[in-house]
Amino acid sequence: MGGYIAKRVGQAILVIWLAYTAVFLAVQALPNDPVTIFLSTDAAADPATIAQMKAYYGYDQPLILQYLSQLAGLLRGDFGYSLSAGAEVTSRIGDVIGSTLVLAGSAFVVAVVLAVALVAAASLARGARLRKALLNLPPLFISIPVFWLGLVLLQVLAVQLGVMSLFPDGSFLSLAVPILVLAIHLSAPIAQVLLKSVQEVNAQPFVDVLRAKGAGESWIFFRHTLKNAAPAALSIAGITIGTLLAGSVITETVFARAGLGQLVLQAVTVQDIPLVQGLVLLTAAAFTLVNLLVDLIHPQLDPRIINANAGPPRALAA
Amino acid sequence: MSVLTEHAGASTGPQTPEPATVKAPSRAPRGVLQWLAEWWVLIPLALLLAWALLPGLFTGQDPITGVPADKFLAPSITHPFGTDHLGRDVYSRVVHGTSQTLMTAGLACLIGSVVGTLLGLVAGTAGRFADTVAMRLVDVLLAVPAFLIALILVTATEPGPLSLGIGVGIASIAIFARLVRTEVLRVRSRDFVQAALMSGGGYFTVLRRHIIPHIIGPVLALLAVDLGAAILAISGLGFLGFGAPPPTPEWGLLISEGRQYLSVAWWLTTLPGLVIVLAVMLTAALGRRINQAFRF
Repeated sequence: MGGYIAKRVGQAILVIWLAYTAVFLAVQALPNDPVTIFLSTDAAADPATIAQMKAYYGYDQPLILQYLSQLAGLLRGDFGYSLSAGAEVTSRIGDVIGSTLVLAGSAFVVAVVLAVALVAAASLARGARLRKALLNLPPLFISIPVFWLGLVLLQVLAVQLGVMSLFPDGSFLSLAVPILVLAIHLSAPIAQVLLKSVQEVNAQPFVDVLRAKGAGESWIFFRHTLKNAAPAALSIAGITIGTLLAGSVITETVFARAGLGQLVLQAVTVQDIPLVQGLVLLTAAAFTLVNLLVDLIHPQLDPRIINANAGPPRALAA
Repeated sequence: MSVLTEHAGASTGPQTPEPATVKAPSRAPRGVLQWLAEWWVLIPLALLLAWALLPGLFTGQDPITGVPADKFLAPSITHPFGTDHLGRDVYSRVVHGTSQTLMTAGLACLIGSVVGTLLGLVAGTAGRFADTVAMRLVDVLLAVPAFLIALILVTATEPGPLSLGIGVGIASIAIFARLVRTEVLRVRSRDFVQAALMSGGGYFTVLRRHIIPHIIGPVLALLAVDLGAAILAISGLGFLGFGAPPPTPEWGLLISEGRQYLSVAWWLTTLPGLVIVLAVMLTAALGRRINQAFRF
């Protein structure tokens, strides 16, 4: 167990470091440095200004020095300066992250509830037709673009029925609808994996034994099947963090909400590379940490997982 | 998005494999009806491809210049999807936008599947060190959301279909690599692979003759599903304004333009969006079908 934890933590740190290095190298591979790219949108950027700004932000130093000083800064929690606002990247992100966390966090909870409810309904539904209809919902959910669902709901609720505003006004619906839109998109992969896992568990002999002993279907589902199927859904829930972020950006745009989404779009539009770099690192770190957490909880739910990995395969040879 | 494709197999549903459809193809020519029942999904997809290749066949109206007098017409026989703020026929813009969207999505799939498959093959067969390196690389790719990988490329270069396609493609490398690695590990432990190696088969021969034919099914299925995921990702990024610049009809851009007229013309956003939903569902259905056809 101790070895397992140490291995996972080590891997997580390695992945974050590699992600940082990859982003750094990608930025270096650009034909120009971030300052020149940022100023290239101006009609006539003075070469002297560019040189001065490069010196100020440290882009004139040798690569290895830049790499190490940025890495040291990261360890102190310093993500550098945003070129477009002259403020620290951390403060620009910190200003808006709260609203995104509320949206993304609630959407995640709603998505999990929705997925479990859907799978429970599909497993316990009496009629074959109803069951089939429920089973077709996740593939449908996953095919609907987030922005389109948001716009259609806005169209119906704000324009046709007039029960909500086109812009966020602090009312219940103006928060609930974006959360629902994001949650529907997010619930599909969780429901699909949970469903598959439930079917695998249901095929096991212990379920037949329970049924033979007279347990009711819903008792079996909630007390036994769901419990055994949960670990698989937990792993996929960790992986949806990336989807959650992309979905948040689009949802925030559709519903004109302030948040990380707006910041990302702004950073990309004005080509503020340090800010984009900071955002990428932040999400990579968030993704890695959530999945580390999932990896650490997983053996508590299913102890077999620790012995399941036999290590990397050997080369193909006789 | 990555999640969507990764668990494509999960959506196969609970329907117990019907022996009639799963059995190996027999030598006798099968009826057209049976073929249709199994592969009907190819027909609407072929129509979509025809939209992309020969848009002129399906609509006589100009997608770029409209008739100003005809602006904001509701859907009718002459304008099935209505007209927009410049009097352009929305249906014709959707048809003409297909090639843009499909080409970008196709480029993304090509990059993702080729690089991902090679990475997965190397990870599964070239030894422990190669596997560790390849899988850490995949972890990094997975850790940065697909959406952001595409955005970094767009930031660094300029918005456009090429950088968008490459960005979305890079993001889908990881799932192909993981799928191929898992499948290779499953196949290589089988006796026939051991037998081939024991009787002197070389690395590439065994790979080509014995391993690749057995993993091609799931890869093709993922390719179909990934095309749908790429269409979704690309229309999402197009909606945000990182795809082709405005006069070009592109599915995501169409919806983003229609968004400004949400309160006067519902058809500008709703109908092109339905086309996207249908296209993605069709590719997912194709993926499921391929998965069934190649099940061993």
